[in-house]
Amino acid sequence: MSAEMLAMSEYGRDPRKHHFSPYADNGGTTIAIAGDDFVMVGSDTRLTNYSGILSRNQTKVFPLTEKTMIASTGCWADVLSLYKDLQAKLTLYSQEHHDEMSTPAIAQLVSTVLYWRRFFPYYVSNMVIGLDEDGSGVVYHYDPVGHMEKLRFSSAGASVAQIQPLLDNQLGALNMKDAVPPKVTKALAHQLMHDAFISAAERDVKTGDSCIIYTVTKDGVAEEQVKLRRD
Amino acid sequence: MFQANTQIGDYLVDEHGRKIKLHFDHGTTTLGFKFQGGTILVADSRATSGQYIGSGNVRKIIPITPSLLGTMAGGAADCTYWERVLAKQCKIYQLRNRVHISVAAASKLLANMVYQYKGYGLSMGVMIAGYDKKGPGLYYVDNDGSRMPGNLFSIGSGSIYAYGVVDSGYRWDMTDEEAHDLGRRAVYHATHRDGASGGIVRVYHIKEDGWTIISEDDCTDLHWRYQDEKMASSSQ
Repeated sequence: MSAEMLAMSEYGRDPRKHHFSPYADNGGTTIAIAGDDFVMVGSDTRLTNYSGILSRNQTKVFPLTEKTMIASTGCWADVLSLYKDLQAKLTLYSQEHHDEMSTPAIAQLVSTVLYWRRFFPYYVSNMVIGLDEDGSGVVYHYDPVGHMEKLRFSSAGASVAQIQPLLDNQLGALNMKDAVPPKVTKALAHQLMHDAFISAAERDVKTGDSCIIYTVTKDGVAEEQVKLRRD
Repeated sequence: MFQANTQIGDYLVDEHGRKIKLHFDHGTTTLGFKFQGGTILVADSRATSGQYIGSGNVRKIIPITPSLLGTMAGGAADCTYWERVLAKQCKIYQLRNRVHISVAAASKLLANMVYQYKGYGLSMGVMIAGYDKKGPGLYYVDNDGSRMPGNLFSIGSGSIYAYGVVDSGYRWDMTDEEAHDLGRRAVYHATHRDGASGGIVRVYHIKEDGWTIISEDDCTDLHWRYQDEKMASSSQ
């Protein structure tokens, strides 16, 4: 900096606009399907920054308790700090109550935690999935500031607009005359989820590489990885 | 009503790029009116974020106490969060005072809460409806702190259509069935003409002994039902 610029007062210089852009869109897609006694959740494993690929093997589904998981996509930095925040709160709860928090209670907690950042939101699309107190599968879907909806199936993230209509048609049987929603079995959920990820990877640059599918039952969490297009 | 994204606190911009400080009526139709038989609340169920329909099954009429209801228009999270806080306050009021809170007091609690956040970009246009010792109550409350009582309100982008139908058919001395039908028709017509409203038309009725759900109809079913009525009346 020149001597005369240093001597000049801050307000005497040319006006300059400063930018603060705290958010990144790191892509990623998640899908969750609930059954009577299980819930299946999957994510792709690609992490991007614009058209650069940061990772080809990063899951976006994280365990919260033995029977509850959270699936988060969006700004990866926010995904990590939200998860850390939730983990801390759940640890405090379990040490205080000598029991793990129930899935519906976690669902409400996530909503409230998201709303606490109402004026500087976590830029994250979340789904909480798990088994409720009766042991049946549930999916909760959130917007970035904590509006919550309880569902039987949902998707979130980069490819929602491509995947959600497929799920509405195949699992919800919506807008079809005399169509009955099918009984959701593990085989059906798995097949549909796999097909949905393949379709999304075909058309969305932010989705691909592989998908990890977790199946939550009363016996624990099973994990399986399936390859997708890597281009 | 919209599901929020990070632009939620931002201002809308008019055709000259100037900021418009009006942001509560994103894609919603809610309707509330008082009549001889109590208070009717009606709402659609569509939530949009931009052009994407985030949900078609939202409950925009929220229970606050067994005799109080709130409606949602604007930011979905803003409305659900603050009406949840209101529900807590109403329960505490009842436990402390051993009487149910009045509609006037409840709506004022909400108005005062959101007024503290004026200018922070909250987005809500709600009705608080209920029944207390003064009879049926209906209040409008919004994010800039407005609060007013009234006999008839409609909020949201579809409200212009709903008002048109209600104004042409409203009478104080309607029967319950006439009132339910008028409210349902009004919101149905709004879902038909307003692209940002749709899904299920939910009708709630509040009387002296609390609120009840009268009907929840898919607006497509209503469309064909009203279409059949039209055909039947024109062939006579």
